[in-house]
Amino acid sequence: MNIFVFVKRVPDTESKIRISPETNSVIEEGLNFVLSPYDEYAVEEALRIREAKEGKVTVLSVGSEEVLVILKKCLAMGADEAVLLKDDTPETYDGLRTAKIIAYALKEKFPEYNLLLFGKQSMGADNAQIPAMVAEFLGVPQVNVVTKLEIEGNNGTAHREIEGAIEKVSFPLPAVISAQKGLNEPRYETLKGIMMAKRKQIPVLSLEDLGLNTEDLVSQLELTRMESPPTREAGKIIEDEPKEAAKKLVEFLHKEAKVI
Amino acid sequence: MILVFIEVREGKVKKSSLEALSEGKRRAAEMNAEVNAVLVGHNLESLAPDIFRYGASKVFVLENSLLSRYSPSGFVEVLFSLAGEINPEIILFSATAMGRDLAPRLAAKLGVSMASDCTQTACKDGKLEVVRPIFAGKAFATFILKSSPQIASLRPNVFPLIDPVDKQAEVIRKDAVITEDQIKAQVVEIIREEGAELDVTEADIVVSGGRGMKGPENFDMLRNLSSILPHSAVGASRSAVDAGWIDHQHQVGQTGKTVSPNLYLAFGISGAIQHLAGMASSKYIVAVNKDPEAPVFKVSDCGIVGDLFQVIPHLQEELKKALSE
Repeated sequence: MNIFVFVKRVPDTESKIRISPETNSVIEEGLNFVLSPYDEYAVEEALRIREAKEGKVTVLSVGSEEVLVILKKCLAMGADEAVLLKDDTPETYDGLRTAKIIAYALKEKFPEYNLLLFGKQSMGADNAQIPAMVAEFLGVPQVNVVTKLEIEGNNGTAHREIEGAIEKVSFPLPAVISAQKGLNEPRYETLKGIMMAKRKQIPVLSLEDLGLNTEDLVSQLELTRMESPPTREAGKIIEDEPKEAAKKLVEFLHKEAKVI
Repeated sequence: MILVFIEVREGKVKKSSLEALSEGKRRAAEMNAEVNAVLVGHNLESLAPDIFRYGASKVFVLENSLLSRYSPSGFVEVLFSLAGEINPEIILFSATAMGRDLAPRLAAKLGVSMASDCTQTACKDGKLEVVRPIFAGKAFATFILKSSPQIASLRPNVFPLIDPVDKQAEVIRKDAVITEDQIKAQVVEIIREEGAELDVTEADIVVSGGRGMKGPENFDMLRNLSSILPHSAVGASRSAVDAGWIDHQHQVGQTGKTVSPNLYLAFGISGAIQHLAGMASSKYIVAVNKDPEAPVFKVSDCGIVGDLFQVIPHLQEELKKALSE
């Protein structure tokens, strides 16, 4: 089983996001960057499948050299190899661009894949586009937002989360799967893993190495503004006995807010 | 022309698709264009009249028995053919589980970028301008779509429905051409969680619990409360989900779902930044927490400082009274 996992470096979920209005971008200073949480489930699932069925896990990321730290973490978790697809372009929030780079890299450099694992979305761009786009570019099936995955021979079954229910989906390999929270409990890196990861080289492939024409990657989404959400005003606080407080609250909902 | 994908679940048109159609109608009016709708599946023609009422001039029904169950590649295949035939300038989806699965695959097939999960749309020099939350709502980004066609998915529960009109429109039924090998991945079964008909992203009211609920058994109090509130669903904070008290499907916040109901009721939720990001766009927020310093009160329209286990039974009574009025 030849498994590829695609990961991204993002600010952790505790981060307060500050915006630079001049450059329409997130101020990175002071942010703590981590492996995107959904990607962590994808890496864990890849490792579990390899442990059950043998094979190889390769982790890829598109981004600047700052991403190497995240790739090292994946190696320390137990991935066999990691490759950086180097792209220094600042965040465009355009899923198509990254999907093209990934699909191109797979076709040109890693054509022997059985399973392509992603997080269901990156934490930040919140696009949830890349897995489906890569699946289309490669002409393979996709199952997104997966909470359970079983691979049997050349076929798989996955549970995919939808509104208030689960879709059970069957599909042939190779396939694209995107991980949702609940798929597994990601492991921590071991000391041994960290030591081994240190010794591993991470090859860096530039867009030119891939033979990609950057003109094909120009974004069709023009980012014109970025801003913080409107701040909410704190409203009234009720500090009465429970019965009286409940009465006042319902009165507020019924008469003032008119939502009940 | 604006084309809106209409999602059908269990024989019914999804309300959020009609929201997308309504928004399409508003943009079409400004652009002097028409708005059309497309249904994909099997035996769906009878649903077309529901769709006329929300402003569609034409309803395309792409029929094939192979499409009676959802398959992303199968649906994309027939939508791609239709797009090639009728050349819509804009294609809108609702950002439901299906919409978010389908729209990017179609965009890739058409070779265009797309904007996911938008909360506002406008016309800018004949092009679609959208606002979308990033970092689960910790920031908002505005984009102009410069591709052809322009594709966007719209967040459920955000865009108002237009007043239904009494109108006939044209139904164009097409036998969609598709072969079995184009289906690739297919839904074989739908497993439903008992009692959870409505998803938190679709609910008008979300009754949510956090660490202060103290245990899984106490979520029944919230389920009871939810059962008397129309169009409501039970939500939860990350700590409640990580403690195993309730399934992840219910989680609101940055590693869960972003919701924008009319009313968000937070019980025993302190208000970590990643939770607030996921619910701050609710119309009204109400919190019950025993800690007067809990950050959740800073974003609440009304709050009770008190023991939720004492407050909820009274709240249940008072709500019943108010609802029966």
